[in-house]
Amino acid sequence: MPKTKTKFDYNKYLRKNTLPHIWCPGCGDGIILKSLLRAIDGLQYKKDDIVITSGIGCASRLPGYVDFNTIHTTHGRALTFAIGMKMYKPKLKVITVSGDGDALAIGGNHFIHAARRNIDITLIIFNNYTYGMTGGQSSPTQPYGSYATTTPYGSVEPPFDACELAKAAGATWVARSTSYHAVQLEKLIADAMTHKGFSVLEVITNCHISYGRRNKMKSPVEMIKYQKEKAVPNRSAQNMTTEELAGRFKTGLIYEKKDSLEFAEENYKKLALLKQ
Amino acid sequence: MSENIKLMQGNEAIAEGAMIAGCDFFAGYPITPSSEVSEILSERLTKKGHIVIQMEDEIAALGAVLGAALGGAKALTATSGPGMSLKSEHIGYASMCEIPCVIVNVMRGGPSTGNPTLPSQADIMQAKWGTHGDHAIIAITPSSVNESFYETIRALNLAVKYRTPVLILTDEIIGHMREKVVIPEKDTLEIIDVKLPDMPPSEYNPYNYTSGKVTPLAPMGEGYRYHVTGLSHGETGFPTAKMEVLQDMQNWLIDKIYKNIKDIEKYEETMTEDADILIVAYGSVSRSAKAALSMARAAGIKAGLFRPITIWPFPEERIKELSKKIKKILVPEMNMGQIILEIQRAACNSTVKGLNIVNGEPITPDKIYSKIKEMV
Repeated sequence: MPKTKTKFDYNKYLRKNTLPHIWCPGCGDGIILKSLLRAIDGLQYKKDDIVITSGIGCASRLPGYVDFNTIHTTHGRALTFAIGMKMYKPKLKVITVSGDGDALAIGGNHFIHAARRNIDITLIIFNNYTYGMTGGQSSPTQPYGSYATTTPYGSVEPPFDACELAKAAGATWVARSTSYHAVQLEKLIADAMTHKGFSVLEVITNCHISYGRRNKMKSPVEMIKYQKEKAVPNRSAQNMTTEELAGRFKTGLIYEKKDSLEFAEENYKKLALLKQ
Repeated sequence: MSENIKLMQGNEAIAEGAMIAGCDFFAGYPITPSSEVSEILSERLTKKGHIVIQMEDEIAALGAVLGAALGGAKALTATSGPGMSLKSEHIGYASMCEIPCVIVNVMRGGPSTGNPTLPSQADIMQAKWGTHGDHAIIAITPSSVNESFYETIRALNLAVKYRTPVLILTDEIIGHMREKVVIPEKDTLEIIDVKLPDMPPSEYNPYNYTSGKVTPLAPMGEGYRYHVTGLSHGETGFPTAKMEVLQDMQNWLIDKIYKNIKDIEKYEETMTEDADILIVAYGSVSRSAKAALSMARAAGIKAGLFRPITIWPFPEERIKELSKKIKKILVPEMNMGQIILEIQRAACNSTVKGLNIVNGEPITPDKIYSKIKEMV
């Protein structure tokens, strides 16, 4: 007989007065929210010690629903608030949630510099390939040739690979998952939060309303299927050719560098020396 | 005990004033003519054990300041015009979410890159209206190095007291000139510190729009878990579109400053009692105005000087009163005519003329005196 798991009580962390959430039925963001709560619960962090900052967009509405110290900031700038908070109160666990447009377009500068500093913040990028909240405009992760309201004849821009960008800019923990891989997602969030340094987790999530409908995946099921089929575990990807990997994405832990200097800690070490 | 007197630069006085007022976080971005503030704090605030960080851009600098302030910091940043344009986004956020912070703008003019090494007063209206949406702002215009020191202390106090961004508008002349500053003992100063709210977390709402009292901002991480958003929000901090709440919120953002104007406003009057002509000048220009006043008085012209130290909210009641008996007002400014608009509004029955010089030269006493003679 398999051991029956007791049902996880999300109510412990949800601000029920702020529900229902604004996400469309079938949206993948709720799966990420639940995975995040399970991960935090598993780590047994105190609610008071957790700060979540976010920018603007669908994903960035997440902090309003959860009972932590939550800051819904300006478009693209969530990491700057996170840095201020982490530097001022390094004992706090700081998480930033952001969409692909928020983190990689308008917030691209803050993203690469947070990575460069290797500050102990966990960034979760909800990548749905589009600006969902404003109705489906082109995003910096939109696949080449796909359609958006502002690329009605197909995109001719190459997309960013958020994980490669994070790694190149200096992040010391980088992974990717999807809203289909909820079990893996929970584990990766926990790993990201326990990593000391800047950790970036890109989560491919489904926006069937604004992205899927324009790209032959009009239902959440079709989009979830896409995530399942296109995902290649990073380990398997090592043995695949570029041609085999075309149109697919690597999942799991992509990069990890342990024991690198962490920004807040290095600063406080220096301050302690100056004070003597 | 002998007085602790130091010769220092205006920008240094801001840094020293910030430190004595308990500033414990600075984030900045290099820009002329304000960079000394960040350089000096990098050297000295760090020795007090506090973080100084140079961010990747001006927007990020204020973002980091606001993040730290939500953690309970008394935080400051410094910049100049182009940086203010970028910071406008987060000045709006700080106004909306009622986050205390101080932003120093050492004015250099514009539009755009302008003249980085020359003085200007062209950001006065930007200070009030720079960010989108209705809001009130506090802005202070010191006219000396000594005043830069004391007004920075006051700015940090006002920021905490009213949970608002406070701007210090100096200019390249005040920022770079050297004068004496009498450094006081810290315990002789009124310092308003960030405190935990009186009520327990279960009873805490981060905002209150109707009681007339400013709710203290609970530092995050101390048991008061709440939500902060730039969306229009109710007293609980969560977004709302309820009509009555939206109205209350907007009223409060304006009222908390304007209904407390007597506490916030500050100005200095010289020889206004018997004046026939009033000069209204602030910042470095007020120094020339003072010299022009002496020249006028020596020539038998009854001139007076009104010098706003708090420029926003503008002390319009006092201008209104003065204009009842003084029918000629001269407003010299290193811009094309900005604060003059407020004076024309307040003193609508007086003749109000501007003296606007924007060639990068300070406005000299001679020029102000000539204009006085012309008006008399």
